[in-house]
Amino acid sequence: MRIGVFVCHCGSNIKATIDAEYIAAQVQQDAKVVHAAEYPYLCAEGGQQKIINAVREYQLTGVVICACSPRMHENTFRKTAAKAGLNPYQIEIANIREQCSWVHKNKDAATGKALKLAKAAIARVKLALPLFAGESAVTKRALVIGGGIAGIQTALDIAEAGFAVDLVESTPSIGGKMAQLDKTFPTLDCAACILTPKMVDAAAHEKITLHTYSEVEEVEGFVGNFTATIRKKARSVDMKKCTGCGACWEKCPSKRIPSEFDCGLANRTAIYTPFAQAVPNVPVIDRATCIKFKNGRCGLCADVCQPAAIDFTQEDAVFTQEYGVIIAATGYQVFSLDAYGEYAYHDSKNVITSLELERLMNAAGPTGGKLQRPSDGKAPKKITFIQCVGSRDITRGKPYCSKICCMYTAKHAIAIKEKYPEAEIEIFYIDVRTPGKGFDEFYRRAVEVYGVRYIKGQVGKIAEMNGILHMQAVDLLENKRFDTTADMVVLAAAIEPSPGAKPLAQMLATPMDTLRFFSEAHPKLRPVESATAGIFLSGVCHGPKDIPETVAQASAAACKAIGVLAKDKLITNPCVAKVNDKKCTGCGRCIDVCPYKAISLESNAAEANPALCQGCGGCASLCPSNAMDLNGFTHKQVLAEVDALCR
Amino acid sequence: MNEQEKMRTRAKELHAAGIIKQVLAWEAGAFPSYPAPAFFTKPNAFEKIVYNEFCTANLSKYVINITEKTLIFLRPCDAHSFAQLVKENQVKRENTYVIAVGCEGCVQVDEGEARDLLESCRTCTKTDYPLFDEEINTQNNPRESTNKAARFAEVTRLDSEENTARYAFWQAHFSQCIRCNACRNICPTCHCKECVMDSDHPLDGQFYHAIRALHQDGRCTDCGQCSRVCPRGIPVHLLNRKLIYTSNK
Amino acid sequence: MSVKIVAFCCNWCSYAGADLAGTSRLNYPAQVKIIRVPCSCRVDVQFILRAFVRGADGVIVCGCHLGDCHYSTGNYHAEGRLTQLFSLLDFMGFERERVHLEWISAAEGAKFAATMDAFVTQVSALGKNERYRNMYTKAGAQNE
Repeated sequence: MRIGVFVCHCGSNIKATIDAEYIAAQVQQDAKVVHAAEYPYLCAEGGQQKIINAVREYQLTGVVICACSPRMHENTFRKTAAKAGLNPYQIEIANIREQCSWVHKNKDAATGKALKLAKAAIARVKLALPLFAGESAVTKRALVIGGGIAGIQTALDIAEAGFAVDLVESTPSIGGKMAQLDKTFPTLDCAACILTPKMVDAAAHEKITLHTYSEVEEVEGFVGNFTATIRKKARSVDMKKCTGCGACWEKCPSKRIPSEFDCGLANRTAIYTPFAQAVPNVPVIDRATCIKFKNGRCGLCADVCQPAAIDFTQEDAVFTQEYGVIIAATGYQVFSLDAYGEYAYHDSKNVITSLELERLMNAAGPTGGKLQRPSDGKAPKKITFIQCVGSRDITRGKPYCSKICCMYTAKHAIAIKEKYPEAEIEIFYIDVRTPGKGFDEFYRRAVEVYGVRYIKGQVGKIAEMNGILHMQAVDLLENKRFDTTADMVVLAAAIEPSPGAKPLAQMLATPMDTLRFFSEAHPKLRPVESATAGIFLSGVCHGPKDIPETVAQASAAACKAIGVLAKDKLITNPCVAKVNDKKCTGCGRCIDVCPYKAISLESNAAEANPALCQGCGGCASLCPSNAMDLNGFTHKQVLAEVDALCR
Repeated sequence: MNEQEKMRTRAKELHAAGIIKQVLAWEAGAFPSYPAPAFFTKPNAFEKIVYNEFCTANLSKYVINITEKTLIFLRPCDAHSFAQLVKENQVKRENTYVIAVGCEGCVQVDEGEARDLLESCRTCTKTDYPLFDEEINTQNNPRESTNKAARFAEVTRLDSEENTARYAFWQAHFSQCIRCNACRNICPTCHCKECVMDSDHPLDGQFYHAIRALHQDGRCTDCGQCSRVCPRGIPVHLLNRKLIYTSNK
Repeated sequence: MSVKIVAFCCNWCSYAGADLAGTSRLNYPAQVKIIRVPCSCRVDVQFILRAFVRGADGVIVCGCHLGDCHYSTGNYHAEGRLTQLFSLLDFMGFERERVHLEWISAAEGAKFAATMDAFVTQVSALGKNERYRNMYTKAGAQNE
């Protein structure tokens, strides 16, 4: 080994406190250090050239640089080493600026410490092995799981960049929750009007393939090289023949099935499309409720279908496909109110959730847009809204704020007042959270222009008596308890991740938090990437957010995905885990500790996938045999560093 | 106890039925009070299987990487370490046929005579068998509920002393350690092909014991064999018990 | 009498916090020498004990605040492992005050300097490490 040590002055930043000449002289006492020099600015062009020249002149096989923090210039000096013909991982940096000259006033102490740090770096470089970044291929195809606004936006952005996208959605149509909404805040745009053009674009785009009424069953592989198995459930309708005329569901005799799209407030038929603007506009037969599938009788839909598109013998189709990236966009559901019996949600038809209210207000909904009490069809004169039902509640519900409810309730209040100016509206809240663009102005309009009454307080109990909802309530600002009544009560129930999210996270081997939201790689700096390379996050599956944020994040996720797809090869970080399979006993303890599921057992020994491994070293320190090690921070390197520093 | 007869009979039956190829149990040693673990490969040898209060050795480690279908008799302590070895892929469960046997504890031997129960048996809290195919007399596992307190009594006693008193206690013991490695050899979780204490650290004594205990953290099943085999009588299992105690809290 | 302190700092948070202490020109004792690791979970118990037998008087491990780990779960594993180590060391009669675990973010330069200062004071009160150095048998001492 022939080591060169270079001590930087960094102008006077280091030199004023540390005797660089002394260090350069002292380190040469080590027989393996064949050259040592000091220089004013090693990172500058001249300094780098000095290093390159020295490597050549003294045939150096390892370089130690005593200078500023490696967090500043490690990459710079790695490139310098590469230019000089050295492996970029056979350099070590001793931090004698941020962690020495700048924090210690006493020159002797600082110089003594700098020498120790230099010796530690020398000990490390003696054990540094050449490391080579690996390469892996990239399949230029994306899989987007979830066909709501988030999945649609991500798919459109990736397709526009020129890459093929498969968009998988478990319900018969794309559109998600946004398709169920009436208006959107803060502009009171009609949700369907802004969503359906995107749905049509997604269906029409030549690079996007829709797989509706489909589910992902299995995912294997790693970034650039995923393989997914997808089940297309049998619609019982031939998509190539169906014209979307609707004759089938008009004639279907099985009419009393609660419509999922209408939150059970209206019925659908057994053969159905979920809503009028469904994409694709091809119905499915719900075989659990279809008379023909239950007892063999009927088949009216096939009789009236002119293109003969009905196919009762159709089976599920399972296919496998390769993808370079996967984006999770599984959205949310409204959480169950079982634990909140005091609000009488299950006892009274006139206590509804906000999503149910959206259906009632929607012109395409069960009441044609007329706001009616579900119990008797009468128009409600007084409507009470209760916020935070299940949110911000560590005892019975969710600890988090569901983020969208303050705004959508203000929206509901304004929308109702627009149609029914005489309606009386009160809203019980804990806080009113309006952080977005135009949001606070919108809420104040509700109060100042539309006369909506906001009460900071809670409702304790609701009971319906003679068709009126009686409530016991508390007003915290007035500091009084009072009784109130309403014709209809709307609960802003918490939102939570869809039920399919957790099984999907396990399939993708990507972490979730305890609330079943997908975990991002870094909460501030990497919000759309999951901890697993190649898996990205779009929409509420990552955390509660409104439509503007969802669309922004969806595009951001697409951007990150495109960053992978646009490469022909991925360079893998070489400072990754490696196994000495002579020592490994295959106990498998390293597998559980890896945050990236990068380790697997192959033929009785562990194997770390360099494309997935991010180099944390948790496995290496866990291994009782030291069979698992970490390139760049090996057992021997760290022990040598410890020895050098402590002697 | 009639477990011994049942064990011999069952071994013969299973072998005759072609279910197992060999048996791992204890056989009489040179002295009646020192039976040894042994593999029995021929059915006419099964008569030599012994099972009594002198059968102190934990059988589970001997099945590591076994390739023939083997009948193994496990008491609660052995059964837990066996389950741990299965979990760590050191033994293929399908190569084993496990008979859970009841146990009333093993004894210390002094000049060939049985004395008190071994400390690990006196403080044993195990009554269950995580993996087994059959049982023999497993209802004979008397465990007083006070054993739970007894299990950590020595740990809490040491904890209540001053730090310096503990240092003196362990110094006195560890200065006697000759690195015979018996504790490592007998321990079911010490199945590393190359121990780091041999390859990476030329350091012995407390360093060895501290690292060993920490490497077993979360895996040690408290079988007590390590202390039983120490020729210097060092209570090394107390280190493991301390870690179990701390992680239980 | 000057105590030797080894500080294991994770690259993403605490090492960056140490750098920030530097750019802010804060002061802490020069006895503290930092070893960079990618994550606090890289700190093997062998490293800590080795530092002591080689002459360190105090060892401190610094990582990201829980929930903020760059590798998502690394610091949780570090915490679990080091809690067990510290408990065992105390049980074996070594001075518990010679080891410490602290969460320091990249923005906490002042906290870094203050933590190092306090730790040096704490370890200085105990004096030079004798007990840990004696982690040898006679056989081991010959190998030294």
